[in-house]
Amino acid sequence: MAVMTYREALNLALREEMRRDPSVFVIGEEVGLYEGAYKVTQGLLREFGPRRVVDTPIAESGFTGVGIGAAMTGLRPVVEMMTFNFALVAVDQIVNTAAKIRYMSGGQYHVPIVIRGPGGPAAQLGAQHSQSMESYFYHVPGLKVVRPTTPMDAKGLLKSAIRDDDPVIFIESETLYNVKGDVPEDPDFLIPLGQAIVRREGTDVTVIAYMGMCYRAMEVAEELAAEGISVEIVDPRTLRPMDTESIIGSVRKTHRAVVVEAGAGFAGMGSEIAAFITERAFDDLDAPVERVTGANAPMPYARNLEKLKTPSKDRIAAAVRRVCYANGG
Amino acid sequence: MAVTKVVMPKLSEAMESGKIIKWLKREGDRIQGGDVLAEVETDKADVEMEAFGAGVLRKILVHAGEKVPVGTLIGLIAEPGEDIAAWLAGAAAPAAAPQPVTPPPPSAPEPVAPAKVAPAEAARVKASPLARKIAAQAGVDLRVLQGSGPGGRIVRRDVEGARTGVAAAPTAAPAAPGVEFEDVPLSQMRGAIAKRMPLAKAPVPHFYVTSEIAMDRAWELREELNLLEGQPKISVNDLVVRACALALLRHPGVNAAFQGESIRVFHRVHVGIAVALDEGLITPVLRDCHAKSLAQIAVESRDLAERARARKLRAQELSGATFSISNLGMYDVAEFSAIINPPEGAILAVASVRRVPVVTDAGLGVGRRMAVTLSCDHRVMDGAMGARFLQDVKRLLEEPLRLLV
Repeated sequence: MAVMTYREALNLALREEMRRDPSVFVIGEEVGLYEGAYKVTQGLLREFGPRRVVDTPIAESGFTGVGIGAAMTGLRPVVEMMTFNFALVAVDQIVNTAAKIRYMSGGQYHVPIVIRGPGGPAAQLGAQHSQSMESYFYHVPGLKVVRPTTPMDAKGLLKSAIRDDDPVIFIESETLYNVKGDVPEDPDFLIPLGQAIVRREGTDVTVIAYMGMCYRAMEVAEELAAEGISVEIVDPRTLRPMDTESIIGSVRKTHRAVVVEAGAGFAGMGSEIAAFITERAFDDLDAPVERVTGANAPMPYARNLEKLKTPSKDRIAAAVRRVCYANGG
Repeated sequence: MAVTKVVMPKLSEAMESGKIIKWLKREGDRIQGGDVLAEVETDKADVEMEAFGAGVLRKILVHAGEKVPVGTLIGLIAEPGEDIAAWLAGAAAPAAAPQPVTPPPPSAPEPVAPAKVAPAEAARVKASPLARKIAAQAGVDLRVLQGSGPGGRIVRRDVEGARTGVAAAPTAAPAAPGVEFEDVPLSQMRGAIAKRMPLAKAPVPHFYVTSEIAMDRAWELREELNLLEGQPKISVNDLVVRACALALLRHPGVNAAFQGESIRVFHRVHVGIAVALDEGLITPVLRDCHAKSLAQIAVESRDLAERARARKLRAQELSGATFSISNLGMYDVAEFSAIINPPEGAILAVASVRRVPVVTDAGLGVGRRMAVTLSCDHRVMDGAMGARFLQDVKRLLEEPLRLLV
């Protein structure tokens, strides 16, 4: 076990998988000479050379298509989006080809591609570069969607994504690249896709949160412990396929649930989680499932407005108190 | 740090306002979450109001004796340095107050608006799914519980047991000389009774069967039992409860409730025993009377009555009766009839045991007689069924050794 940043954990995962399997290669804007806009691909060009670390023009649709074609013919590309917002340009490639070709070819082709890069709200990146991009992809049958919260998850999940035989959307976060944590150095360390984790055990309410919202929820949980509210935090880690069993199991224990998501609430991940909790744990609920979500508005550039749009600790705490009926009724 | 608003909580579906009985904390006291701030009078019970949020009780806005609508700001909890002027301004003139200069900190819990209950909706029980499940398992009737969640929703903690505070006995001021009348405001309990009784009487077609029971032997037996050392004192009502429980086992049709499309026949006998209070009455439930000895019935019913008078009953002790008994024997009553407590199918009104002239084989003598009147829900049973049940009750009390075997 070593302590390293989230960025270093991703870099280590790429390096280990490229050493292990010569069919793995990296492609994207500035991934080679510049070593990545966020330095996730640092040192890879030097170690693996330009055939496996491929710089591209600013053409997401094009290089995503190159990746999909390479995957269909036996390679394992890791496509970097400089920010995941740019993947919107490549949605046709991802949704209509990567996600569907295995189905439409009757299983003759599969597409073992990973498309990765940072997404979600960061710090004053404006409306076009702050979107919680997972919601554009987890709706699509045929795609797997991962959002790793910790350095350990970043490494274990990216390695599993690269070894997976189907397309995986792997969305990191600008705000987490410098977060440090324990990371196993074992090159065989993997975290299976589709496995949630209980980040904090509690008895009164289950808070489901990932990425930055998970860290925020952890702080809220500590503060609410002083009020006598015991919060359990479940991080789904993989949004599709989702580990519904772990979430349902936790809700059956606590009888209350709050879902926190940074993105806008309408038809968001919170809606999906609230729906399956209601379907499968209705008789265990002592309160309606609450959603704490980003405001239904484009992300403002101004720092104060940006703060208002994103779920705050106070809003999370208020929702937790409400479902615990700890608010004077 | 946050300013925590203390608002009048909505503690039952019907509750629209509440009265502060007394504050247990004073301005300036340090408050931890969960501290009991005040006692609040609701329609059913006096309830301790707990603090949510920590800090110092900076301001009390509604004082003891005052009654305010649900959701009204009644106090503020904040740290000593915190500026609460904006909150106070808002509370003083809620409609006309200008926007506070200092915006309220976003960390404050959202104000609880008084939920509007549409008249058609008033009868529907709002309960969380979990509360329903637990209530069904425990045989608790949700309709008589008061919900503490938003809009009066019954939640788990309401089913598992509501703590009740000690009643502050209201003392009516003596009428001033020369004044012809006074309008006494309804206490919460009076108000609840006023609301519920028409729903108990009008929609339920009552009929009545009265019988007179010779209580001479039961009286002697009771005196004999009460001379036994180390045994609890047995009351006439305990004998009646025991007799009814045994008779109900034999006449399950009387131990039944109308369900609309069906009649629910209970296999266990839970007897509601009406207990008079100064400002109304309350009917705690003695469970599984059919399986209890006279001594058990005596001990447990006395405990229930005492705690009813002290308003220390738990919520689950107030619901789930399959049959009720109302006894006015201590008031020298010849005979009376009672209103059924839905969804129960019947209630027995028990009058005094009176010494009256009776015709015996030898001529005229003196005997102890007690009139009982069974009120029956005609949708559940007919006259003959009620009469046969009453016959059995009579036989059990007139041959009272049957109560002991």
